[in-house]
Amino acid sequence: MTDGALSASEREKFDSGLAEILTHYPSDQKAAAMLPALRLLQSIKGWLAPEGLAYVAEKLGVSKERAYEVATFYVMFHTTKPGKYVVDVCTNLSCSLWGAERLLAHLEQRLGIPAGESNERFTLRETECLASCGTAPCLQINEEHYESLTLKRVDEILAKLP
Amino acid sequence: MIEVEKTITRNWGKPGSHTLEAYRNSGGYSGLRKALQMSPAQITEEVKKSNLRGRGGAGFYTGMKWNFVPKNSPKPVYLAVNADESEPGTFKDRYILENDPHMLLEGIAIAALALNCHQAYIYTRGEFKKQSAILNDAIAEAYQSGIFGEKVLGKGHRLDVYQVRGAGAYICGEETALLESLEGKKGWPRLKPPFPAVVGLFGAPTVVNNVETLAALPAILDKGGDWYAALGTAKSGGTRLVCLSGSVNRPGVYEVSMRTTIRELIFDPQLGQGMPPGRSVKAVIPGGSSAPVLSADEIDVALEFEALKEKQTMAGSGGVIIMDDSTCLVRCLWRVARFYAEESCGQCTPCREGTPWQTRILRKIEEGRGSSEDLDILISVASSIAPFPPLGLGNTICALGDAAALPVHSFVTKFRSEFLAHIEQKRCPFGESPWGAYGGGRV
Repeated sequence: MTDGALSASEREKFDSGLAEILTHYPSDQKAAAMLPALRLLQSIKGWLAPEGLAYVAEKLGVSKERAYEVATFYVMFHTTKPGKYVVDVCTNLSCSLWGAERLLAHLEQRLGIPAGESNERFTLRETECLASCGTAPCLQINEEHYESLTLKRVDEILAKLP
Repeated sequence: MIEVEKTITRNWGKPGSHTLEAYRNSGGYSGLRKALQMSPAQITEEVKKSNLRGRGGAGFYTGMKWNFVPKNSPKPVYLAVNADESEPGTFKDRYILENDPHMLLEGIAIAALALNCHQAYIYTRGEFKKQSAILNDAIAEAYQSGIFGEKVLGKGHRLDVYQVRGAGAYICGEETALLESLEGKKGWPRLKPPFPAVVGLFGAPTVVNNVETLAALPAILDKGGDWYAALGTAKSGGTRLVCLSGSVNRPGVYEVSMRTTIRELIFDPQLGQGMPPGRSVKAVIPGGSSAPVLSADEIDVALEFEALKEKQTMAGSGGVIIMDDSTCLVRCLWRVARFYAEESCGQCTPCREGTPWQTRILRKIEEGRGSSEDLDILISVASSIAPFPPLGLGNTICALGDAAALPVHSFVTKFRSEFLAHIEQKRCPFGESPWGAYGGGRV
């Protein structure tokens, strides 16, 4: 068993969450719950390991290949273990017109990794437009959203991470 | 500035505007009460009269879309709410969700009555954590107060509304990819026809409407389709939200008249407040990054569907991005091209192979390694994905192909000399500062 497999208590937590999610769908459309189910699993385990994906597939009555296909299609799902903090920086046009490339370079230097890579503590990624074009530049750290950023403010945010 | 009566944004910024209480105090849910006195056909007729057009990108008439749903279908009718706002330059729906989620929920209830629909799914962008939480609270309030549930406001039919969060895929804003994703699959767009109104979610008739589109319904039902139509132009009813960003003094979301021009949007003291000191407009993307770019001499165009179409571009999702005269447009186009290459779903060969190719050529030119032959190849690759002009000739299943090719066609055609300067000087003429007046970032 790797750290990706679910313990008994994690299974229980997942199962009760999934039971609630399934009430949102027609009874013959269980497989439709794949995205919420994967989100739930990731909230419990931090990432989607092969054992976890197989468990979700079994629960939804689909092949584990189908679960893997969905998990790898969406960038918010992690099929490899990410750093403790996933830092997603928008470098799209509107953010770049407000200094996003400079922000990314600053983060690469501060975190010690190039965009697209991870260490134990951080995963740094360039991400799609995050709908903060009017309050650019912006980034997300584990889905928490920060906007109207300056380099100083980013340093403060990083310093506060436990 | 052309003064307009604020409808969508009327409650924004007021304390507690996201709560049911505040919404009711501002007259909320009176449109739904009127809809409950009407037949489904009467509601649809009112929406048709309003000339409401879809605010998600395509600008299709909402009432007409609803009419495509077969009457007396043996299958249930679904409403899928597109809250997957992700077209670069677009950030309006997130503010509707943050400031006035009940306006959306009232619109959903009205649409559900018109469509005889008992289940609505709101597909919210995975990255919208805060907005999803606000929306969930609002949905819970609506159930508790009998707006949703057994009978809409005690009178209508059963209505259940569920929120499903996406997980990071631009393509899922495309309506058929959204349906695939709602069915728990990867977001690969479907061939049309059949259109979702006939074969949509779970094989059943489904209407897919954008957040802003649905949020317009309460006012239309409350004050009448004719009132809403009169706010706009002959072919586009209502006001609209535009998202102003890029090299401009006051970026933000503004509710404007359809007659407002891009120039007014940039320079009006109540809107964009002008260009950075000493700078002028070089280029404007008028409807999200997939809309063909306009040059500085084309910005006296109204921010309205037909007017922008006449300029061979589109109103799209309302994302207006300004680039000033000190901005490198090769770098800008590279960013845009790279985005579409990242987000291509991989289903159609022209888009899957063409979008990274466009990106590589643009990077080469930006770094001063390009030749004029590369420029020809670039246009040939873009033409293989989607020739232009006119709009709408894409060789791919969905419009992402067009979205990726149109910026390339329009930037290279309108600003060819800038691309050639990179090639001739064998470097970016803008050196270390390619991003214009505010490109150094906030301080």
